Amino acid sequence: MRPDLDVVARLVGHGARVLDLGCGDGTLLEHLIRRQGGAGHGIERSDEGFHACVARGVPVSQGDLEQELRDLPGGTFDCVVLSQTLQATTQPAEVLREMRRVAPRGVVSLPNFGHWRLRASLLLRGRMPVSRALPHPWYETPNLHLCTLRDFEELVRETGWHAATRVVLDEDGRALTGVAARAANLLGAGAIYALTA
Amino acid sequence: MTDAGPGVGPVETQRVVLFTEDDPLVLETGARLAPVEVAYETYGTLDGDGANAVFVCHALTGDAHAAGHHGDPRRPGWWDNLIGPGRALDTDRLFVICANVLGGCQGTTGPSSIDPATGAPYGLRFPQLGVRDLVDVHRALVRRLGIERLLGVIGGSLGGMQALQWAIDHPGELDGAIVIAASARLSAQNIAFSAVAREAIMRDPDFNGGDFYGDGAARPNRGLALARMIGHITYLSEASMREKFGRRIQDADEPRRGFDVDFEVESYLHHQGRSFVDRFDANTYLYLTRVMDYFDPFGGDPVELAERLSRVDSRFLVVSFDSDWRFSTEHSREIVQTLSAARVPVTFREISAPMGHDSFLMPIPEYHRTIAGFVDRLLHERGA
Repeated sequence: MRPDLDVVARLVGHGARVLDLGCGDGTLLEHLIRRQGGAGHGIERSDEGFHACVARGVPVSQGDLEQELRDLPGGTFDCVVLSQTLQATTQPAEVLREMRRVAPRGVVSLPNFGHWRLRASLLLRGRMPVSRALPHPWYETPNLHLCTLRDFEELVRETGWHAATRVVLDEDGRALTGVAARAANLLGAGAIYALTA
Repeated sequence: MTDAGPGVGPVETQRVVLFTEDDPLVLETGARLAPVEVAYETYGTLDGDGANAVFVCHALTGDAHAAGHHGDPRRPGWWDNLIGPGRALDTDRLFVICANVLGGCQGTTGPSSIDPATGAPYGLRFPQLGVRDLVDVHRALVRRLGIERLLGVIGGSLGGMQALQWAIDHPGELDGAIVIAASARLSAQNIAFSAVAREAIMRDPDFNGGDFYGDGAARPNRGLALARMIGHITYLSEASMREKFGRRIQDADEPRRGFDVDFEVESYLHHQGRSFVDRFDANTYLYLTRVMDYFDPFGGDPVELAERLSRVDSRFLVVSFDSDWRFSTEHSREIVQTLSAARVPVTFREISAPMGHDSFLMPIPEYHRTIAGFVDRLLHERGA
């Protein structure tokens, strides 16, 4: 499993009923269900991701996560996961509010547009940044709403969540510690947040 | 995976008496019914431990002949594109069973069968049925075949209702339920359409209170054909009718401007109606549409329902089609949400297809791939 998914799994904890928004091939849910005694449901838009989930035996709905999220009854899940997906949604604030409606806990991972390498690309080269975390050229990126960690933390507060834990990641998706973690908005390639209502 | 290979080849419908006077079928209403004979077909080979058995439930007008052929390979069973060697329900690995439902008219006991009390066909003296009763007869057949726990139950429309009812009523009997283009509760519009179809049959002067089986007696074929025409409109989508017929005139370039069949779509519906009466019983149409109208497995006391759903040990695949307006995706979503809220594992997919409700019978690659993947996983978890 990708190192960042390890962190997500740890923040989700054991025995939780999890909704994974944009669950991809179902790796995380499979891990949560089989290794951590959880239950869960994924929402995935792509055909390939959907079929991979079916092949793993992970319950999944195919569809647009923003639409599916709106249709979900509240209080069905213990924890809702949004892994590397928020920046690709059309209405990130609405997604965060809806997440709060369906579950009392959230885990969100996202790339940091404030990372020094991206800043440098724009400042020194005058080009839209391309990195390992954000590999697409500007004209074909699925990312609609990129933000820095500081931006995200402000939105977390505005949508009524509390960021209980933050794990800052390097470009390989491994947790940063010490000074680097404290200068997260400059040195972190991304971060994972545990949110509580 | 669709249509790979030659199919299951020639098959024969078999018959078995499952309930007798000494051991009658007790219906949901408490009424007793005997004898109950069932027509069924099987494809593939049953594993020693019965772990590879999949039960196919048919829809309103289906029958036991789901796959293979009865002598003419050009006239295969109604779900032949799904069932066969290398197909989504792969008969090289699975043992597939399909039976005509209780109340049917294709070999299983129904209103056209002889009532032992009178020596004449039941007609409307046949008892009212529920989906549970249809399922109970399937279960008796499964036991008779020596299968302890099915790998899965699959069906579209009324067939999906049977799969749903089976899985929620009988934990321990199936690993997976595949519920396609179905509903857990007909809408007022659905009931309205079936009410008009029944009226068409019952108002036919030859209906005769359901007693139309005598030698030389006229059958309510006009009413039954009309019911089929109405039903058929609801099985197609506006787009598929536009595509298939448009406003074209039958066998002519210019409209004839009369009240006879003029547009192609009229001709098509008439053909559907006429060919239907040759193979279907008007009373079965009445009984089975009523079974669908009253189906409400999530109704009743919510506490009792939650308790019942907490015991469900099957996983579900729910499939809908975006052009289906008979049982729209909303019907499937209700099933998904109810099961999901009860923590039953459900996978859901809306397939994009233009053919309306009838899409579930079509060889749509993404649709069949979804079923095949789900069944593969069930087999994998059985350790097969």
